[in-house]
Amino acid sequence: MASPVWVVLQHREGQISRISWEAVGAAQKLAASLGGKAEAVLLGSGLGTTAAEVAKCDLAAVHVADHDALRTYTPGAFIGALAPAIQTAVPAFVVFPHTYQTVDYMARLAQTAGAGLLPEVTGFEDENGALTWTRPVMGGKLQSKVCVKGEGTVLVSVQSGAFPADGVVRGEAPIQSLEVDLAAVKPDREVLGYEEVGGDTVDLTKAEVIVAVGRGVGGADKMAPVEALAKALGAEIGASRPVIDNGWLPRDRQIGSSGQTVAPKLYIAAGISGAIQHLVGMKGSSVIVAINKDPGAPIFTVADYGIVGDLHEVLPALTEAVLAAKG
Amino acid sequence: MKIAVCIKQVPNTEARLRVSRDGRWLEEEDLPFIINESDEYALEEGLRIAEKTGGEVVVVSLGPDRVKEALRKALAVGAARAVHLSDPAFAKGDALATGRALAAALKRESFDLVLTGSQSDDVGYGGTGSVIAGHLGWPHVWLVMGVELEEGNRSAKVTREMESGVNEVSRVQLPAVLEIQAGLNHPRYASLKGIMAAKKKEIVTVTPADLGLDASQVGEAGSRLEIVSVAFPASGKGAQIFQGDAKTAAASLVEKLQKEARVL
Repeated sequence: MASPVWVVLQHREGQISRISWEAVGAAQKLAASLGGKAEAVLLGSGLGTTAAEVAKCDLAAVHVADHDALRTYTPGAFIGALAPAIQTAVPAFVVFPHTYQTVDYMARLAQTAGAGLLPEVTGFEDENGALTWTRPVMGGKLQSKVCVKGEGTVLVSVQSGAFPADGVVRGEAPIQSLEVDLAAVKPDREVLGYEEVGGDTVDLTKAEVIVAVGRGVGGADKMAPVEALAKALGAEIGASRPVIDNGWLPRDRQIGSSGQTVAPKLYIAAGISGAIQHLVGMKGSSVIVAINKDPGAPIFTVADYGIVGDLHEVLPALTEAVLAAKG
Repeated sequence: MKIAVCIKQVPNTEARLRVSRDGRWLEEEDLPFIINESDEYALEEGLRIAEKTGGEVVVVSLGPDRVKEALRKALAVGAARAVHLSDPAFAKGDALATGRALAAALKRESFDLVLTGSQSDDVGYGGTGSVIAGHLGWPHVWLVMGVELEEGNRSAKVTREMESGVNEVSRVQLPAVLEIQAGLNHPRYASLKGIMAAKKKEIVTVTPADLGLDASQVGEAGSRLEIVSVAFPASGKGAQIFQGDAKTAAASLVEKLQKEARVL
């Protein structure tokens, strides 16, 4: 493996996730910028058809580590497979989709392999061979520009939606086996099972209109104006994470990376500042309305329409206006 | 059990933020600092486990002098003592440099469990706890939503949050590093008695030399990342903002939703 850029794809029982295709696109773009073709890495067990699918991309190679110990994700086995490969080939960058699984092992992989760690990037610029990366800080309120210094590999994760999944360049790539020696890997986590959180009794993905509330609502006893607007619009009620953590609404109302991903015709975000974890769950909505006291709240950057103000004043006025408009 | 909880003091994200004059970070004058949100939950979980198992919590933080205020708060809610990694050389570290320094401080004692928050609300690298675990050679779990001790505190059943409303349940052997997600418990408030008692509790200050580390291994010098600038995002296509009182703004919005967006 002599390529400057690798991309490690995540899959669920062989199904490649959308954000992994985005990572492939990012890796192709990065490799082109550095002069070369990206190589893909797949970890798992029984990955024949999955590898064949990835091989339809313009890549220098698809490396497949097929091993029983990689069937179920554990950080120990994944790091045990990737760290020696990175240390041997020393690619300039290894690109990952920024998912909860990636974050669970990427930092420790960097520490183990002696690589740098650059999580959650949203883009990069190449200025005469010097790369500058963009990533959110302060919960997305600010964007930072980051440079990498020093020698050796850097592990990069790309944020959901930052690179288009349909930007992947098609082509043909040879499939190669990546030999891994996991005999010495000490099992670090015994996976007992997976559980659904709080049973999704409310399917927000089918709603045409959603009124979502954030921390700004101020308490479980202050939901009346939200309910009134939702009723007037025939909308479902959703929420950002702090509302759920505070127990103001049940968990099946949560929208965002650890809740449901929605794309309704109309999404009204009230008292939601717009942390990235929320934005990834709703930014595909056709029309987004933001209502927030803070004019600097990141939610306004993805919204089509906005009102700067206290939701407890704006929502009742909005309900009235909606009812008047509907006659 | 002897438990270490690593906390970070961060700017309050709800506060009015200004970019510093050199454009590289925030203007810190008048900026309110708080304990990072997920670290508050880690601290609470540590206190609960210590109470249940009969042990103590040692709170550990890296940062400038103002960090003592965060450590005092942790002592006021029940931590027994504090370790402050305090030296200009520690500043502006990435997750690898900060994790290296914290791990070296943790190695000076023998802990049964190390808890951290899952991600800082300022730079948000989300990896410091995992790096600490790597240095200690212990198992780690990131984004922890549940901890149950088992087998006489030799192992723990840990629930980790995954995407799309699914949790992974696994067993890890202790000692381990658990990186706690916000929402796991309900952090307690300090009592007046706790605040008074905290004044007498010990905060030990350590430098890189105390940890057997060279200044080039920590902070900005020991990091692969360098933040060159921060800025408020250009508002993209930008929301069309409706002015006026609530009634006027609401009426304008509804008109647009009907006639321009055609969603009503």
